[in-house]
Amino acid sequence: MRFVYLLGLFFCSELLAGEGRLLATGGATSLEGAAGGGIMPWAVLAGYGERGEWGADVFATRVETGDYRLDVAGVAAAYGNRIELSYARQRFDLGTLARDLNLPDNSLSMDTLGLKVRLAGDLIYDRLPQISLGLQHKRQRDFLVPSLVGAQRREDTEGYLAASRLILGGAFGYNLLLNANLRYSRANELGLLGFGGDRRDRHSWLKEGSVAVLLDRHWAVGIEYREKPDNLSFAGESDWADLFVGYFPNKNLALVLAYARLGEIATLDNQDGVYLSVQGSF
Amino acid sequence: MRLVLFCLSLLLVACAQQPPRDDGLYRALGEEPGIVRIVEGMLLDSARDPRIARHFLNIDIERLRAKLIEQLCFESGGPCVYTGDSMEESHKGLRLTPSDFNALVEHLQDAMNAEGVPTPAQNRLLARLAPMRGQVIDR
Repeated sequence: MRFVYLLGLFFCSELLAGEGRLLATGGATSLEGAAGGGIMPWAVLAGYGERGEWGADVFATRVETGDYRLDVAGVAAAYGNRIELSYARQRFDLGTLARDLNLPDNSLSMDTLGLKVRLAGDLIYDRLPQISLGLQHKRQRDFLVPSLVGAQRREDTEGYLAASRLILGGAFGYNLLLNANLRYSRANELGLLGFGGDRRDRHSWLKEGSVAVLLDRHWAVGIEYREKPDNLSFAGESDWADLFVGYFPNKNLALVLAYARLGEIATLDNQDGVYLSVQGSF
Repeated sequence: MRLVLFCLSLLLVACAQQPPRDDGLYRALGEEPGIVRIVEGMLLDSARDPRIARHFLNIDIERLRAKLIEQLCFESGGPCVYTGDSMEESHKGLRLTPSDFNALVEHLQDAMNAEGVPTPAQNRLLARLAPMRGQVIDR
């Protein structure tokens, strides 16, 4: 019965899946599963559906620093360029740290459920930039290590307000994409190290921003910056930044390659590395 | 302060309706022969696109072609006057959706690519046309 239901859903989505938005305006998928850049969501919604149309993404991302590896995979669906639901599973390989400290787990996994609603505006056309409100509920599946280093909670909900605008010809004739987010969170390293800490157990207001230039319809280059809280006393938590290249050959595929500067993570400093993400859109 | 802002916004609105001061964009589009080919390419692709082909049936395509050429020539700073109807008037009853509008934008981009128009010039034209979306859709 469930199979028939899924089959029906599949065919319906095939019929309704839209391509009403312009190439690359669905962005890629962020580490937390919401449509956006790499390390932060944008106000854009997953896929290419416009009014009355569905859009969906599936994605897989790997971030490899000297000492750690983060793998993320997930799905997102959006309707009417209005509302987006997403799910992502993060798996953080502790590598060096697990070996050196003889930790009970050598990887930490987390589930993230996301909801994003476009409140107003449009990425390109309206007077207002596109403004979206997002919620993310995260649940750490391996809480032992995070609890040992001072994390207070296994799961938590955070919110963010995102604004995105594409300015036609805004960068010396090339299209310019601006994004700014304000997030209210107490997640330690996205939540991979739990939520809240011995030093601080309250949500913080965190700023995130990115700037990208579209060299043509298929190629984008840009930078991102994300503030992070600092709740745990055993180690500092650095703000994150990256420099990315995005390739959008068509409305079904996107590839993102980035150089990410993740700073100090769980006592190990200078975690710079490569970020690679593949996204399929329907 | 509020008065200054008001005057500034009036100025901006006024500017938006003026043709560009120079004909750089007109020349980048290939002047009249280039614009004719761009408009024809865009219309041919649109009429073949199942998403929007229905909007190009039962219309005076020859008139549409002529008015679009005038419009792109005028908007790019060329020596033309647009003699067609207002955007609201010419799209009345078509009930065009945001998706329809974007489909046409894609065909315009394809047609400009086929003419070898550089990306910055393409973006300049799109930036002049984008503010018209509100007068085109949902009429």
